[in-house]
Amino acid sequence: MRSGVMTPTALESLVLLLRDRGYRVVGPQVRDGTIVYDELASTAALPRGWRDVQAPGRAGLERRDDDALFGYAVGASGWKRELFPPRQRLWEAVSDGDASFHVVEAPEPDQPLAFLGVRPCELAAIGIQDRVFLHGLAEDRVYAGHRRGLLLVAVECHAPAATCFCTSIGTGPGLDVDADGVRAAGSAAHATTPAPAVPDLVLTELLDGEHRLLVRAATDEGDDLLAALEHREATTGDLAARAATLEAAQAAIDRHLEVDGLHDLLLGNLAHPRWDDVAARCLACTNCTLVCPTCFCSTTEDTTDLTGEHAYHERRWDSCFTLEFTHTGPASVRTSTRSRYRQWLTHKLATWVDQFDTTGCVGCGRCIAWCPVGIDLTEEVAAIRATDGREVTA
Amino acid sequence: MTVAPELPVSDLLTSRPYVVSTVRQQTHDIVTIDVRPEGEPIAFVPGQFDMVYVYGTGEAAISASSDPATPELLSHTIRAVGGVTQALNELQPGATIGIRGPYGRGWPLAAAEGRDLVIVAGGIGLAPVRPAILAALAQRERFSRIALLVGARSPRDLVFRDDLDRWTADRRIDVHVTVDSAVRGWSGRVGVVTTLIPRVPFDPEHATVLTCGPETMMWFTGEALRKRGVDPAQVYVTLERNMKCAVGTCGHCQLGPVFLCRDGPVFAWPEVADLLGEREL
Repeated sequence: MRSGVMTPTALESLVLLLRDRGYRVVGPQVRDGTIVYDELASTAALPRGWRDVQAPGRAGLERRDDDALFGYAVGASGWKRELFPPRQRLWEAVSDGDASFHVVEAPEPDQPLAFLGVRPCELAAIGIQDRVFLHGLAEDRVYAGHRRGLLLVAVECHAPAATCFCTSIGTGPGLDVDADGVRAAGSAAHATTPAPAVPDLVLTELLDGEHRLLVRAATDEGDDLLAALEHREATTGDLAARAATLEAAQAAIDRHLEVDGLHDLLLGNLAHPRWDDVAARCLACTNCTLVCPTCFCSTTEDTTDLTGEHAYHERRWDSCFTLEFTHTGPASVRTSTRSRYRQWLTHKLATWVDQFDTTGCVGCGRCIAWCPVGIDLTEEVAAIRATDGREVTA
Repeated sequence: MTVAPELPVSDLLTSRPYVVSTVRQQTHDIVTIDVRPEGEPIAFVPGQFDMVYVYGTGEAAISASSDPATPELLSHTIRAVGGVTQALNELQPGATIGIRGPYGRGWPLAAAEGRDLVIVAGGIGLAPVRPAILAALAQRERFSRIALLVGARSPRDLVFRDDLDRWTADRRIDVHVTVDSAVRGWSGRVGVVTTLIPRVPFDPEHATVLTCGPETMMWFTGEALRKRGVDPAQVYVTLERNMKCAVGTCGHCQLGPVFLCRDGPVFAWPEVADLLGEREL
């Protein structure tokens, strides 16, 4: 597999090349005072010179003193929006008159996707959703339609936010590429660490001296792309600069979630008073589940057009924080905010492992930043761990 | 444990049209709808459920209530509790509905062979066990005793009354019916269904129990059976949540680590007892 160094300008060639090959290119850009991932017209739209400032209950942007293209941690909403869109038609019933109808499946997407700027934690998130939607009882047509042919250009993280804790989960901040494949670099893997989706190209933005991008191909398709792009061979100096960048990123992450024994800790503390404490703060607003790159819950909605001849069966994102989520027959199962926060956290960090052999958390910190009252799951877990009810009752 | 027959993925995710042949009123708010497929009939295992679709209104998860030996005539028994189930209650013969499925793990009839088969149903809970009763009667020699314990809130809440009369006359199955509160003209037993458990003749050490009804009823049934000496591992329940996808991806039917749609809806009691005992899980 090729590797090399290219100039930031050569990135525009990559975007053009991908468009030429028929991809819809999606990448980070500044919108509404934050970074979002959306169709990228050109690299001119990248968040050049911006960093994100994230803290519990706080997310914003500020200027950097350089021209970094990827000088932020993660966008507000993950790539989930593209692969598992907030609203998706599953199928449509077409009336044949006389109270009869036939069913037409939603068409497959007509254009393959290419993501530019995927963080290591986000590759892990895609890897997790792959398990949910591709490797369960039935392959999900909508997800598979977007996921099939997806081209991934990953960018190692050199500007983690204060909310980041990928190093606790083992999902970042870097990526190692070798003959064995691709895995997170800069943190140790645990038994529950999710395997990342395999990127085609891995970029490292180097800001020491000359602004440049170290590029490593990780698939044949990535190798083929790199061959078509202007680049020079990487020097030992470039590799040393990458190592230093990664080390600095790793050192900058000081938030920690202790994953050792986490599954049993949470499931053994379902009656812990901390659930009442967090319920007193939680607004059950669903923000955390919407920004989470792995949350997959959905509901369905049925509508008809004005003629009544077409009935649409659509799926939209849902959240375990709503009262309606567990509405069965005459009542809901989870009526209290306590039970709904507990469901979210225990699912994300514990029962997810039972269901999918991986944790449901990648350490991206979005749920901390976008919580309007700044609830921090790492703090909630630490509080439960500090007063582990299993020891008290044992 | 019986597993779902292999189905093409499209059949798991996309509704197929079925034509309503008859609608039978069971109680004031429960109907049984018999449908015929427009294409090939699809076999199901007693205890499995389908996603039943009403044009433009939506889907509801409903257990099959018909004889598994005749998949060309498929029935679902539906109480009107929400928009979709109300629309299903208002259907007329000749209408088309959509069905996808069957889904999930059914009743462990094979595991009960050679043993006493005890079935405890509360209210509309008779519907999901009805295919198991019919399948057991069709291979009667494979079981020792078969006992059916049925409870309902009142006589007017009893479903499948024709079947109950027929089975009561059938010496191959021992039928006991009780109601929580009687009305004028009711000459049968009064009391909750769990009061029958100590009296009905079966061998607790060699019995397999299938139970379906409200969770509280199944909980107390489990307790009464334990007191009678039945191994909890031989007690099976079927659970209900508001499934949307039926294939383990919408998240709605989670009970701790369990997806009811995919891992159930039928469970051995020890698999779910602790989970059901935890409030608001």
